[in-house]
This record gives sequence, structure tokens and C-alpha cells, in this order.
Amino acid sequence: MSSHPLLIVDNLHASVDGTEILRGLNLVINAGEVHAIMGPNGSGKSTLSNTLMGHPHYKITEGTILYKGQAIQDMSADERARLGIFLALQYPTAIPGVSLGNFLLAAVRSVRGNNSVKPLEFRKELMAQMKELGIRPDFVKRYVNDGFSGGEKKRVEILQMALLKPSLAILDETDSGLDIDALKVVSEGVNRQLSPDVSALVITHYQRLLDYIKPQFIHVLVGGRIVKSGGPELASQLEATGYDELLREFGQASDR
Amino acid sequence: MTKQAETQDISSIGDHYQYGFFDKENYIYKADKGLTPQLIEDMSHMKGEPEWMLERRLHAYEVFMDKPMPHWGPDLSGVHFEDIHYYVRPAERSVNSWDEVPEQIKQTFDRLGVPEAERKYLAGTTAQYESEVVYHSIREDLEKKGIIFLDMDSALRQYPEIVKQYFGTVIPTEDNKFSALNTAVWSGGSFIYVPPGVSVEMPLQAYFRINSQAMGQFERTLIIADKGSFVHYVEGCTAPIYSKDSLHSAVVELIALEGARIRYSTIQNWSTNVYNLVTKRALAYRNATVEWIDGNIGSKVSMKYPAIILKEEGAHGEVISVAFASKGQVQDTGAKMIHLAPHTTSNILSKSISKNGGQASYRGLIKVAPQAEHVRSNVRCDALLLDDHSRSDTYPYMDVSNPTASVSHEATVSKVGDEQLFYLMSRGISENDAVAMIVNGFFEPFAKELPMEYAVELNRLIKMEMEGSVG
Repeated sequence: MSSHPLLIVDNLHASVDGTEILRGLNLVINAGEVHAIMGPNGSGKSTLSNTLMGHPHYKITEGTILYKGQAIQDMSADERARLGIFLALQYPTAIPGVSLGNFLLAAVRSVRGNNSVKPLEFRKELMAQMKELGIRPDFVKRYVNDGFSGGEKKRVEILQMALLKPSLAILDETDSGLDIDALKVVSEGVNRQLSPDVSALVITHYQRLLDYIKPQFIHVLVGGRIVKSGGPELASQLEATGYDELLREFGQASDR
Repeated sequence: MTKQAETQDISSIGDHYQYGFFDKENYIYKADKGLTPQLIEDMSHMKGEPEWMLERRLHAYEVFMDKPMPHWGPDLSGVHFEDIHYYVRPAERSVNSWDEVPEQIKQTFDRLGVPEAERKYLAGTTAQYESEVVYHSIREDLEKKGIIFLDMDSALRQYPEIVKQYFGTVIPTEDNKFSALNTAVWSGGSFIYVPPGVSVEMPLQAYFRINSQAMGQFERTLIIADKGSFVHYVEGCTAPIYSKDSLHSAVVELIALEGARIRYSTIQNWSTNVYNLVTKRALAYRNATVEWIDGNIGSKVSMKYPAIILKEEGAHGEVISVAFASKGQVQDTGAKMIHLAPHTTSNILSKSISKNGGQASYRGLIKVAPQAEHVRSNVRCDALLLDDHSRSDTYPYMDVSNPTASVSHEATVSKVGDEQLFYLMSRGISENDAVAMIVNGFFEPFAKELPMEYAVELNRLIKMEMEGSVG
């Protein structure tokens, strides 16, 4: 594993509708590392993932995000995606009338470049990936996330990750709404993508997911800041003690 | 999409209209501005019409003069009847070979892709330029099956009895001011008769082109599908962009006899100086089906409410329409279903998109007569607004006089969702492409009803209209 920094988040402040949610967040992810962000509800986990991806509702008021040495905090989401950042959403949005197949082809062409994607090769690749993730072939004709079950949506998120081949995958509560079998399939799908060149930031409330996608680093987010970092053992500790103690110690910050 | 197109901004919308070119005028006859009984007589004589048609026209002229402008819909104060050329004859006659069409007019239709479409996937084509059909052709094998596909003027000459029997029976002269106007000065349009049990597998198409400014085009179309037959008719239209407004006011009458099915598809893409005030109505007999597939992309003001009279038991009516209203455009469109018989069913799906200050309205009527038992009717209207200064209105009227009817109406208004946009963009898709994708998805239930080639054309038009609409 190289220690080449892929992502450096420095003193990040971000707000939603004028309310500051992230209050000076620092994070460094090196190439090939898997980091987990854990935290109670309302600690800013989803704000962090959306801010890193460039959701326009989340305004950065201070701080920088360096990705591959480049400041990206002013870039739009599509620019960031084309640089190799991917976000698996907690609640993937339905796009009625747009078939999954057409959407995936458009996405892959945007990221890899229009001419480098041959329809036939793409189709083969798509079918192979769908098979790995247990997604039925007829899904390519269905409208994006329209009427999908929670588990189907998450599989399709990971399918997109597999096709877009990001350098940094942010997984926002990817375990939510999954039963144990689906969780295994989805986690295996993610693990297949991880490599010395691919890093992941796993955002989760529960430790459960971390039994399947194993991070080397765990950070605890409370009140918009990382209040504690450690190795995998930190997750088990939290599972035993809960967030109450940390909330008592740091939680006031979020009411300020 | 070209690089140049990608960088265009909001102010340039409308410049995308690529059919706005015009030809030099070189006509056999061009009437002076304004409508007079003398002009109507001259027209009728030039066309060599029977006396009864001239009488109809002159009567309709009086009805037109007497009727007030409709006061309940969009603003029509920009329609100046005295400033319009009501009859323009571009060529001596209609021909069935493109080589015989006057060169300049042929080039225009080439540019519009009409002959190409004909070669590839049509069973027959009519091309109307100004007031007259200049080209007309049907595949020989269809002619042998007894299918009649003619321009309306030729039909009146060749089949005067059939025309006399059906002309104006679905839409009477007195129906409204514009049906009266059309009856007074109609010229061109299509006549179709499909014999019993005959199915026309490929569409028949008509293309309408306005070339000069302040032009009035008043085509008249009559389609009769005899028992158990099927026909799909497709029409398209374009015009140059001028500062002076033109008027297009068609009357279309469809008659589906027992067990017949007529599908009538329109992609209306007039330039934004055309008032498009059209009356379309169908009669559906026992177990017959009529489908209006109606796409309104262009025009300044459109008023169009395709209607189906479900006259006998088991008849089914379907209207699937989309309207796209951009800057300076009013799309006032909808549908009417008149249930006169038991066990008749109807379905209306209306989709509209408003952007850049455009205004789209759905105006519809479901009527169930007292004797019509067990009627089922569904109406669904979806409107998508792309910004805060555009408008969408819904006027659903229901007049249900039989308690066994099941009539439902559902309407939604939404904005292009930020979450949808973010989702697509987070996958690397640019903002413009993402909006176009969402809009195409919104129109998909309509597009999938069109023949493939038209669906592709519609997608292309929408993409063009959407360019530069955000950011």
C-alpha cells in the first residue's frame, strides 16, 4: 500500500440552508486505503458524503478538498465524477422514463470518454457485472431505480461503481435497508473493486457493514467534526458502548 | 451535440429552430390579403369544384363572420384576419413523382427529409406547400387493395359522392369560428378510405409546409376506416420564422366504423410565429378504436383538443399528448371524450413541459351521456416545470350523467428535481445532458407510441430545445 495521499480534507466547513453542519473536518485518505466514518444520527455523515461529491445544496464555507493534489471544492458533481470520485447514495433517486441501460451507457461514456466505449463490449461488461451482483438482465430495460426494492437499489449503486471504476468510492449507509444476504452480495461487489489504486470511504451508523468491508481506519464523527480516530478495534468498542459517551463529551458542539 | 451548441445560453433558445429557412416566392397564384366572398368563389372555380362545395364555403364564410372569437382560452388578439393571405397556389397540380415537383419546392422537402422518410418507412406520402398539395404518392400494392389515399381536392374530383357523404359530418361548419373559417377556405389536406378488413401496416404521412409570411394554411383531412380495418396516419409541419404571424387552422375528421382502428400521430413543429388553431374530432362506432398521438413542440399559440365521440358500444378512445412550451409560447391543448354508448372506454395521458416563461395548459372534457352505462375513463396529466417563471394549468371538465361510470382524473406538477439532477451528474453526466435525459424520460410514455423514426426525431428536437436551458 502506498502512502500517496489521494484525498486531503482540510478544515472543512459546510452548511445546508444556512445551518453549519460540518465544522472543521480533517481527513486524509491514501491510495488503496479503506476508511470508515461512524457516527450517530445528525452528526453530519450524509453532509460529508454529499459535500465531497459536490451536491449543490451543501455549501462549503471554509476549508479545502484536495483530490489527487487538485482543489476540487468548486467543481460540479459531474466534474468530480469524471476525476474518479464516486458516491453510492443512501437513497438513490428514481428517474422515470430513463432505462437503466441507457443511463449506464451515458454515465460510462461521460467518465471514460465517448469514443472509448463500444456498445457491444459495454453490453458484455454490463451483463457480466450484473450477473456478479445478482441483478436480472431485464433490469437494463427498467427505469432507473423506479420501483426497485431497497436491496435492488443498492446492488445497482454498486453496479455503477463497478462500471465507472472510481479511484475513490464513498459509500453512504450502503448497508441500510439490506438483509444479510443482500449485504453479503453488495459487500463482495465492493471488495472486488478495491485495490492498491482504489480507496473507499465507508459511511455507516452501525458496525455491521464493517464485518464485510474491512477498513484499516475508523473515524468517529460527532457534531460535524472527527472526534476520534483509530483502527478496526474502534468499531467494536463503539458497538459495545454506543455513541452516548462521545455525544456527552463532544455533542454540545452541534447545538452551538 | 456539437461543442458550439453545448455552450449556448438561455437567450439563444429559439435560434435552434432549424426549419426556419424560406424559399423565394414563385407562385401560380397568390391571393391578396384578407378574406372576401369573391376570393372564395375564385378559389372554388380555380379548383373546379362542384356547386355544392362552393355553397358550403359561402355559408361557412357567413358563419365565420358571425361567430365571436373564443374568449375562454389563450390571447388571440394577435390574429389579424385582414392581414392574412388565404390562398396561395404554388404549382399547377399535384404530381406523384418528386422529379416533377418544382425544383425549389422539391429542394425544401429534401431538406426536411420528406422523400427520404417516404423511401424508408412509409406506405404513402402527401406534401403540402402553402395551400396546395404538390406531391402525392401511395405504394402500388396498397392501391390495389382498394385503399384510397389522395389529397382532399383530388378526392373531391374523383370521389365526389363519398366526400359529400362524410364531409363536415363529424365537425359541422357551425362548431366553432375556426372550423367555419376552414370550411370556407379549405385547401389541401388528405383523404383516406380503407376498405373493410384491410390493415395498412406502414404509416401514411402528410407533411405541411408554410413558406411565405402572413400565410394562412387551411388543410382539410377526412379519414374513413371501414369495418375491421386499420390505418396509421402521421403528420408533421414546419414553417420559416418571420416577424409577421401566420395562421394554421385545420379541420380533421376521422370515422372509424365497426371494429376499425385509426391511429393519428402529429408532430407539430411550427415556427414561433404561427397561430395553430385546429379542430380534430373522431367518430368511433361499435368496438372501434381511435388514438390521437399528439406532440406539440412549436407554434406561438396552439389551441387543439382532439376529440373522440364514442358513439356505439365497446368503442375505445385514446389521446396521448405532449406539449413543450418555451419562451413566448402558449400550448393550450387537451382532449375530449364523449361517451354516448354503454361499455365505452377512454384514456387520456397528457404531458407538458414549460420553460423559459412558456405556458402549457391542459384543457379537457369527459362527457358521459345518461344512456351510457358502465363507462370507464382515465385522465392523467403530468406537468414538468423547468424554472419559476414558466406556467402550467389544468382545466379538467367532467360531465357525467350516468352513475355507473368510473371516471378518474390524476394530475401532477413537478419541477426537474435537484436530487435527480445531482444523481445523474454524480455519474459524470453534464448538467445539460442530465436535464435532457430527465425531460426525455418524462416524455417517454409518449415517445414509445410513435414509430421509431419519429421517436428519435422527437428526442432530437427535445435535446435541441433543452440545450443551454440550465446553468
